[in-house]
Amino acid sequence: MNLGRMLALARKETIQIRRDPRSLAVVMLMPVMLMALMGYGIGLDQTDVPLCVYDREGSQLSQDLLKSFVSNRYFDLKLNAHNYPEMVNAVDSGRCTVGVVIPLYFSKMLGAGHPATIQAVIDATDNNTANLIIGYTQAVVARFSTGVQLDYQQRNGPTLGVPTLNLQARTWFNEDLESRNFIVPGVVALVMAVIGTFLTSLTIAREWERGTMEQLISTPVTASELIAGKLIPYFVIGMVDAATCAAISAWWFEVPFRGSVTMLFGASALFLTGVLLLGFLISALAKTQLAASQFALLTTFLPAFLLSGFAFPIDQMPAAVRVVTRIFPARYYVTILKSVFLKGTGIEPLLAPMAAMVIFAAVVGGATIRGFKKTLD
Amino acid sequence: MAATLTAQPDDDVSVIVENLVKRFGTFTAVDHVTFQAHKGEVFGFLGPNGSGKSTTIRILCGLLRPTSGHARVAGFDVTADPESVRQHIGYMSQKFSLYNDLTVMENLRFYGGLYSVTGARLKERIAWALHMAALEGRDGSLTGTLSGGWKQRLALGCALLHRPPIVFLDEPTSGVDPLSRRQFWELIQQMASEGVTVFVSTHYMDEAEYCNRLALLMRGRVIAMGTPSQLKLGAVPGDLMLLEADSLQRALEVVKPLAQVHDAAVFGNGLHLVVPNPDAASGAIRQAMAATGVGIERLEVIRPSLEDAFVALTARASNPEAEARQ
Repeated sequence: MNLGRMLALARKETIQIRRDPRSLAVVMLMPVMLMALMGYGIGLDQTDVPLCVYDREGSQLSQDLLKSFVSNRYFDLKLNAHNYPEMVNAVDSGRCTVGVVIPLYFSKMLGAGHPATIQAVIDATDNNTANLIIGYTQAVVARFSTGVQLDYQQRNGPTLGVPTLNLQARTWFNEDLESRNFIVPGVVALVMAVIGTFLTSLTIAREWERGTMEQLISTPVTASELIAGKLIPYFVIGMVDAATCAAISAWWFEVPFRGSVTMLFGASALFLTGVLLLGFLISALAKTQLAASQFALLTTFLPAFLLSGFAFPIDQMPAAVRVVTRIFPARYYVTILKSVFLKGTGIEPLLAPMAAMVIFAAVVGGATIRGFKKTLD
Repeated sequence: MAATLTAQPDDDVSVIVENLVKRFGTFTAVDHVTFQAHKGEVFGFLGPNGSGKSTTIRILCGLLRPTSGHARVAGFDVTADPESVRQHIGYMSQKFSLYNDLTVMENLRFYGGLYSVTGARLKERIAWALHMAALEGRDGSLTGTLSGGWKQRLALGCALLHRPPIVFLDEPTSGVDPLSRRQFWELIQQMASEGVTVFVSTHYMDEAEYCNRLALLMRGRVIAMGTPSQLKLGAVPGDLMLLEADSLQRALEVVKPLAQVHDAAVFGNGLHLVVPNPDAASGAIRQAMAATGVGIERLEVIRPSLEDAFVALTARASNPEAEARQ
């Protein structure tokens, strides 16, 4: 590795980046746009689920139950049905996602100390949403039911029933159970993966396309000098992008930041190096800019989106897919980012994912140097 | 011939090429090419497009791997040690390949950095390159804004920053105006006089005349090699005569069937005739022309040009039976 040759390349690349303000602007604005798009676009919370109610009793108590459905942000009463088919029709047509039927004698049964059953009809086309709605419905009913029980006991004196077991759940790290807090750190990883690979995947392909590579490889410059020299300016840009993403997460999306800034930038530097090198590998293999950019998207965006644990928990994936997730560095970066933002744990638990990212960068870097042939064959 | 490869090449030989073959799939771009070039020589590759000139140069620069055969440049094997070869050569590709979005000075500095030319030496070489390319005072211009001749000379300057002993120029003057072409060749001659071995490919006949030695390439094969005068004299079997007449077309019809004329072809304003015996041919031609009433304006023996040689040699190469008959 000749330092002079490497620096000559870094300087040349920097000049070329500066001379192309449009591309530079794209690269600087891309994290802002992607963060906004994905930070707002991807939410796993369900609020204002359209609700339809068929209250067959119309008593004070049934209206109280209805109120407890409507009094939170999860349900939005769209229709008060007058008969069963009207409710079914509302769910069938998609106007409402959930239909609740309160039976006749609802208040009488409860008043007499008997359990009453209400029916909920849920549109489960999207089973994830359906599961969420079932959860919300059960929570509403459970809370209402506790109130009814207390009421009953107050009126009739404590019954010698089975002592109820109470779960006092405390949610840690994401106390408000805001899915955004959980998603935004993942979005940072997604954005960095896309930008990192995009930045470098074009630079070598461009030299092949313009014919400048032929002159370049006729000089004594080596593959490692070429890659290191080109890496330096893009690394600087990538770190600025990482800082932008982190700032947007913390100040705009107000995701709690509990870990160390050093850890954030250390992990970002490692991840960035890996994906920048991946970009080089892609562009060394694909000699046109178009092929390189398509291949870059395929190898970074999709794994970072699907296999990083960003939105879809890795634990719930089939074993074979779980193994595949270990190949992509996005998984480790997401782990670290979530920890740095939400948990604020120390460095120790993060050493393993850090090491994994070092290994990824080393393997890809080695493959790039080997894969870059200084010939036109 | 293998013995010359294993033996230490003497100081004078800067490039040795032996049975070089390059195939792309089923297409043979370079077909058993063998030659040597000496220090300070201007060695020309002459041939039509696709004859293997660029491929041969690229192999010698270590940019393409030969399918078989050997090549040594500056004492280093191009297959085994391409990096050492690259230290000792300057290469200028056919297509302009400097960075258009860099200024003249930035391009020079960049290549200076790649060739490890630094400090006072870099300053001196950049000054030399700017002077040579007539770009003094324009060092801050974006390279993309320069016209063809300047770009070409700047590319040469970049390729020569490290004073390589061997230079490969692949069609350096294509798309360059005649004045720039002449200046370019003056530069080449000057380099050669300083002991630099210069390889040039071209399809301009007039440029080929400037070379010390020429290899004539056709379909990947060297069909003739020698100094321009050797080629001219050796290529034409017999003598060459020039015939100018009122009607070239009719004159051609008249002289072509004559037994005393081996070959006839239109060449500029006249016909070039290949004849074994000028005196006998002259009589037969005058007689035949008079009989058909075509007026002769000029009929004389001339020295063959390189173009004549090229035409004769390529005709012979593409028709091996005719060669066998002669």
